[in-house]
Amino acid sequence: MSSTKNKAETISNRVMQRSTWYKFKRLCRQYPLGAIGSFIVFIVVFAAIFADFVAPYDPTTTSAKMSLSPPGSAMLFGGDMMGRDVLSRIIHGARISLAVGIGSTILGGVLGTIIGLMCGYWMGLFDLLIQRLIDMMQALPLLVMALVMAASLGPSLENTIIAISIPLVPQVARVIRSNVLSLRELPFVEAARAVGMSDRRIIFRHILPNTLAPLIVLGTAQLGSAILTEASLSFLGLGVPEPYPSWGRMLSESAAEYVRVAPWLVIFPGIAISAAVFGANLMGDAVRDFLDPRNQG
Amino acid sequence: MYSYLIQRFLLMFLTLLGMSIIIFVLLRLVPGNIVDIMFDSAGFVDPAEKATIEKELGLDLPIYQQYYHWIAGLVSFDLGYSFVSEMPAIDEIGPRIPITAKLAGLSLFFSILFGLPLGVISAVKQNTALDYILRVFSLSGLSLPSFWLALLILMACVSYTGSIPIYTEAPETLWDELLLYLLPSAAVGFRASALIMRLTRSSMLEVMRQDYIRTAMSKGASDNAINYKHALRNAVLPVTTIIGIEAAFLIGGLIITETVFNIPGVAHFLVEAILMRDYPIVQSLVMFIAIIVVVINFLTDLAYAALDPRIKYSD
Repeated sequence: MSSTKNKAETISNRVMQRSTWYKFKRLCRQYPLGAIGSFIVFIVVFAAIFADFVAPYDPTTTSAKMSLSPPGSAMLFGGDMMGRDVLSRIIHGARISLAVGIGSTILGGVLGTIIGLMCGYWMGLFDLLIQRLIDMMQALPLLVMALVMAASLGPSLENTIIAISIPLVPQVARVIRSNVLSLRELPFVEAARAVGMSDRRIIFRHILPNTLAPLIVLGTAQLGSAILTEASLSFLGLGVPEPYPSWGRMLSESAAEYVRVAPWLVIFPGIAISAAVFGANLMGDAVRDFLDPRNQG
Repeated sequence: MYSYLIQRFLLMFLTLLGMSIIIFVLLRLVPGNIVDIMFDSAGFVDPAEKATIEKELGLDLPIYQQYYHWIAGLVSFDLGYSFVSEMPAIDEIGPRIPITAKLAGLSLFFSILFGLPLGVISAVKQNTALDYILRVFSLSGLSLPSFWLALLILMACVSYTGSIPIYTEAPETLWDELLLYLLPSAAVGFRASALIMRLTRSSMLEVMRQDYIRTAMSKGASDNAINYKHALRNAVLPVTTIIGIEAAFLIGGLIITETVFNIPGVAHFLVEAILMRDYPIVQSLVMFIAIIVVVINFLTDLAYAALDPRIKYSD
């Protein structure tokens, strides 16, 4: 009796596994560009987590002998002006890019969601004032705003995350607010109000879960621009300071000066930034298509 | 129409007033001022000397008075003095505006020249190999950092011509100027063209499903007439918005490109001023950028009515 039960469980597990694998393959076929993007993002995440094991050298170890050594068997992507391995610095740089990218997207997302939920649910004077403030914040390009914030906060990993997250807040707040405005009129919210639920409980238990789809779409779209903004800030010398190896700063250190003699210092960090942003953008596009109700069924 | 214009003007004024407060506060988030930084780097502090310099720069006044002086100066085009060069800020900023304006104009020209037709082609050839290639091309435009693209252009110039085309002296003729700005504006325009292309594509796809397109097809109108005369004219409205926003936000791309090509424009100057903590210059420049963005947004709104006869800003 028990062996039949075990057999049935094994078969059901296999079917589940097969159906998960089948679903995954079907998704890849349906969104080929999204699959490529997710694969690139997976590689960047893998490099960031296992940098200590994957990188061939320590990213900060200098060697006068290897200074500006071209790509070869000793150093696959060549060495920089201080003889540090470019490949190892790129692998460790993934940590910074992801930390800043994901950190600022989450921080901007959380702040924007709270503001959007409050504005959409309560409306009135508070909403009016916050909307005007958002109008004002959107009157400056992302990079200019981040530049001013980074300059006033000073260069550090945490400050870079804050400097990039604040300009991301208005867009999230706008999207969540417009979503909440339509949700608050639906019968389930009315019913929750009728049974005497507190506003806080209605907002966080009932409205928030229904705003997750646009939030995920916006978050994946903002991840790419957050990584790009971090690279730009570091390139201008206002991002994450030494000793962290940042892709943007690797480019600024090699800019113009070494363009003639060591093109690998320009090519490889640039490919790393472009690939990470490209992957995040492809993934964002696919997530948007996947969650778009017009594309379902 | 007039009441709409007045309403928009008032809103513009309020937005700019709020912006000025945000910029002013942002630049004073961290305790300490330029004098603290000067004395910190010098390594000694003479309180009397420090107080004199603070008084000279107006930093001893309460913050609301500093703000009032700045705004009063802005209205009368007196932007104060640069902490670094000690020249009037207006004299520092003024000559740089035409340089950035020319670069931005040329970048916008490139972005529309490539973005619009490629967007139409991508929509018309939806889900074909060409569409996929163009979509990947446009996504790469959004993913390539403009400073990397600028560095790659410099590298290509070094290997093919042996020289680096960066700004060393003011160009003498219009042709020299055009040649000098061509590469940086292409680097900035590439990103903007990718955005315009993506929006043109999605907007065209939306319009191509409409009944009047099917009617035009059944009448036997040529593909070109359908695509450009019937579809694009109706799909162009959302594209106008993005062109307007891009025109205003090009300054973000120019910040890096002007730095790489060493072009003495407004955007490059802003980075220099931020690195030197030259706050009178920084706050005036950021305010200048905000004014440009708000005014262009206003003009974009007005362009709607001109482009789409269905939109009327009636009383």
